[in-house]
Amino acid sequence: MTRTLDDLQETPSQTAGPYVHIGLAPGAAGFDIYERELGHDIAGPNAAGERIRIEGIVMDGTGSPVKDVLLEAWQANAAGVYAHPESPGAVEGGFRGWGRVITDFETGEWGFDTVKPGPVAGRNGTVQAPHINLWIVARGINLGLNTRLYFDDEAEANAADPVLTLIEWERRRATLIATRSERGGTPVYRFDITLQGGAETVFFDI
Amino acid sequence: MTEAEYYQRDRGRHPPARDEGYKTSVARSPNYPLISLENSVSEITGPVFGHGDIDPLDRDLLKNYAKHGESPIGERIIVHGRVRDENARPVPNTLVEIWQANAGGRYRHKKDTYLAPIDPNFGGCGRTLTDADGYFYFRTVKPGAYPWRNGINDWRPAHIHVSVFGHAWTQRLITQMYFEGDPLIATCPIVNTIRDKAAIGQLIAPLDRNASIPLDSLAYRFDIVLRGRRATLFENRLEGN
Ligand SMILES: [Fe+3]
Repeated sequence: MTRTLDDLQETPSQTAGPYVHIGLAPGAAGFDIYERELGHDIAGPNAAGERIRIEGIVMDGTGSPVKDVLLEAWQANAAGVYAHPESPGAVEGGFRGWGRVITDFETGEWGFDTVKPGPVAGRNGTVQAPHINLWIVARGINLGLNTRLYFDDEAEANAADPVLTLIEWERRRATLIATRSERGGTPVYRFDITLQGGAETVFFDI
Repeated sequence: MTEAEYYQRDRGRHPPARDEGYKTSVARSPNYPLISLENSVSEITGPVFGHGDIDPLDRDLLKNYAKHGESPIGERIIVHGRVRDENARPVPNTLVEIWQANAGGRYRHKKDTYLAPIDPNFGGCGRTLTDADGYFYFRTVKPGAYPWRNGINDWRPAHIHVSVFGHAWTQRLITQMYFEGDPLIATCPIVNTIRDKAAIGQLIAPLDRNASIPLDSLAYRFDIVLRGRRATLFENRLEGN
């Protein structure tokens, strides 16, 4: 393709590879180097809202768990505010809304604790249902995959969500909805991700 | 200036999800097309990091894991560059994280079983924030090439894995930096997941003699470009945030 403008071009992606933990979660790689590893505490101690846990597994096209995946989560607080200057409003001290999660090397299970986000503004006056943005990298993933997690107890908000309703295949919308249960008094949402096949999770070009 | 959407990603310059030459990608690549989204507040925001998050020593891989008074084995190098966006504007105060094998090509990772030895003085990871001009630097040793199971005689060229955030979720990027002149680049199945030769060239860091420190370290220059952003002309303003 001919480029006639003098804009720079984005650096191309390469897979995070099997040893991504060394750089982004060295404790999991088996050594202790940084005083503070980043991304362990998403909501912080002061965050308002409902404390929840999210759990899941990432499956490949053969139905096998992907055991070397790293996920990053990005979410608003319970009032629908992101911890970023371009999101109007303020967040609680210590609320970052960003987390980094790795899978268990044996089972592929992953999970994180946070607060349930509130609805956030969409474009042109719409409202987006509560959701958590997820980014998935691993060996064999050449460019990080973007998806969103929505909540099954937000049926009404989900039905009006401008992103969910954009997905033409209605049956595939269900791949973005986490299912709630309870464990020891804490709400736990299950969100399994399928990288490939008929039950493939919806991924976005954002 | 008010700013609007980020430029759409030019996916032709990135590797496709599925590449038969990189076998692991075959079962880990979505079959259905991605759903394209217009940016909302969820995409134009992203995590913010500060100097309280990291330690100045984190960028010095010669020292951040070495025993007092000792150094890792290998060729001492500086890796430096600027993070800019496609509009050629610096991306200040953004987190850059790197990880790499030691000079023998071995990672400090419980899943790496390559024959080459672990270096007791080398951890293999570093992180830093870019300054007001988007500039960053690391000190480290040049990583070794290593074999990997793909084809039976596939070797990775020397490389450093690089992770960058930018200022928005849309700008998040992980890539790998290679070294000028490495003959293994041309035959690497992971490098060759990128179809565009010019794009591959963007990942090959040239030797930077002027930034080398005499009698101490050679330097390699690695500039990083993240997605750019449209300036707003009134009615196309990103609404609702
Ligand atoms: Fe590597």
